[in-house]
Amino acid sequence: MQNTRTADTLVGLFVACGIGALFFMALQISNLSSFSKNATYTIIARFANSGSLKIKSPISVAGVHIGRVSNISIDKTSYEAIVEMQIDAQYNLPDDTSASIYTAGLLGEQYISLEPGGSEDFIQPNGVIDITQSAVVLEEIIGKFLFDKASGE
Amino acid sequence: MTQFFQRLGHSTLSSFAKLGRGSFFLMQILKATLSVIPRPRLLINQLYSVGVLSFLIISISGLFVGMVLGLQGFYILSDFGAEETLGMMVAASLVRELGPVVAALLFAGRAGSALTAEIGLMKATEQLSGMEMMAIDPIKRIIAPRLLAGFISMPLLAALFSAIGVLGGHMVGVGLLGVDDGSYWSQMQAGIDFQDDIINGIIKSIIFGFAVSWIALFEGYDAIPTSEGVSRATTRTVVNSAFTILGLDFILTALMFGDI
Amino acid sequence: MDISVNSATDIVSIQNLSFSRGDRKIFNNISLSIPRGKITAIMGPSGTGKTTLLKLIGGQIHPDQGSVIVDNHNVHKLKRTDLYTLRKRMGMLFQSGALLTDINVFDNVALPLREHTRLSDSMIRSLVLIKLQAVGLRGARDLMPNELSGGMARRVALARAIALDPMMIMYDEPFTGQDPISLGTIVELINDLNSALGLSSIIVSHDIEETVSIADYIYILSEGKIAGQGTPEQIKNLDSAWVQQFMNGDADGPVPFHYPADDYLKDLFES
Repeated sequence: MQNTRTADTLVGLFVACGIGALFFMALQISNLSSFSKNATYTIIARFANSGSLKIKSPISVAGVHIGRVSNISIDKTSYEAIVEMQIDAQYNLPDDTSASIYTAGLLGEQYISLEPGGSEDFIQPNGVIDITQSAVVLEEIIGKFLFDKASGE
Repeated sequence: MTQFFQRLGHSTLSSFAKLGRGSFFLMQILKATLSVIPRPRLLINQLYSVGVLSFLIISISGLFVGMVLGLQGFYILSDFGAEETLGMMVAASLVRELGPVVAALLFAGRAGSALTAEIGLMKATEQLSGMEMMAIDPIKRIIAPRLLAGFISMPLLAALFSAIGVLGGHMVGVGLLGVDDGSYWSQMQAGIDFQDDIINGIIKSIIFGFAVSWIALFEGYDAIPTSEGVSRATTRTVVNSAFTILGLDFILTALMFGDI
Repeated sequence: MDISVNSATDIVSIQNLSFSRGDRKIFNNISLSIPRGKITAIMGPSGTGKTTLLKLIGGQIHPDQGSVIVDNHNVHKLKRTDLYTLRKRMGMLFQSGALLTDINVFDNVALPLREHTRLSDSMIRSLVLIKLQAVGLRGARDLMPNELSGGMARRVALARAIALDPMMIMYDEPFTGQDPISLGTIVELINDLNSALGLSSIIVSHDIEETVSIADYIYILSEGKIAGQGTPEQIKNLDSAWVQQFMNGDADGPVPFHYPADDYLKDLFES
């Protein structure tokens, strides 16, 4: 060991670098910064089929990210998927907003796109979106296409 | 044939005995850990020899691993026209796996072997025995501060490794190969989850740091107090640490990322 | 204490002690006592477990049978904290010195004071300098242990052993591997410390001349038993061929020069 003060300084430097790296990972590498501590409110949408939507899937309006899926469950009587969404509190949505499940690119992950309507009233927290369009299931489309072809001839 | 079984039985029994001694040793250290807190000087000295002295090798290795990931990732991803996701690929590999695992392997080689040699030599030169006879508990005075230092240093070193690796990947991917700077970072931020990836990576490195320090200190403490015994113990530290890190990594990954 | 121990005169009393390592019996039911204020030597050839005996007295290892009583405490029945309290009053000088290699001479001597007392820094400094002066190394306080010669390291270790003013000191082979001058220094130091500080000393050694010159009483160990005991005078006149061979350092005698082997000629011409 060299003299104590050099050692202390180097240890201090080491710890500072390490903590700096942790902050760098949190803020620059991960999505923590987009999780901004802003308040959010919950809205609910019911889909006939939620496809491969997952918790934390993004929610966007006109391509802009405004929230995340917080929970997916099933309605025990109607067998519809109930999707809960956390929307950033700074965005208010009209109460005739429609929700669709889309896929980012051909193979990408699924996300919810919200299509605001023209209503003057906003959806209240814990409100429900009535107009929804389910996830597109590729096999169904192909099946339908083949069926149409076959019956057309 | 009987001899084979006899030998098998013997080695099984002795490894169980060793495991038992090791666990007992760990319990003693954990009990002694509190006594380090009022004496930060002991801890700072160990942070120096465990952390600061591993700093350089970890940073340089992190830089090169990141650069290689950038290069290889770019060639593979460009086959699919997905160079834009390079940042995400580099960061995911580093934060989830390579950061904690490679940093821990390097740590075992650099700091772990030094710890074993130091403790083993202290035992061989009767320093530990001498402290006991002076009514100074070597577990409190010598061992516990070192375990604590390993426990604190490892996550910091792993974070440094990952952070520098991401910058290395950026240097190669964005600087040399022309991936767009914005998409390097934005794809990374979209793909890396703070909770699932970063926190889990840190938890891994904490566990690895703890395991490596424990193995290194125990091998030193349990070494046969001769120069040959100490050199063997040092080798065992590196080998056993490597196995433990990789085995634990599989288990932890399965628990954290898999649905097992 | 079930057995009557003359604790007024004996600082250490060992009763019916047996200890074995693996299959080898190192001590086979030995009893001995070490008087207060005297220098007692325990001698014997290498490998008779002299150092082991010191470790048993210090409570670092446990005997298979028998008891070790130090200053009225049965060492191996004490609780850990009580054992540590007792050890503060026992100094031990290791063969190698056992100085901590990462701190200098001053800090080594100060270590037990810093660990066990709440004295102020200036007080500790004075005490350390007094102890170092006693062993003649006050000027070497800033050296690191690896800069010391073997004899100096042993003297620093001695200063450390007396730092807490113990009631007894155990010396493990204090004379081995010393040049004549430092040998003389150590012999004199042990003698002086014993008379000046009123210590009790136990010397474990196989260096006959030096040991005989300062010991008040000598025990000779061989193969787990006490082969002879007495004052140096008594030992010299002891009627035991083995003890005489040991004391005179004869190559052949009851302890044969040759390790047991087959007949020499037969062995040579076998092939």
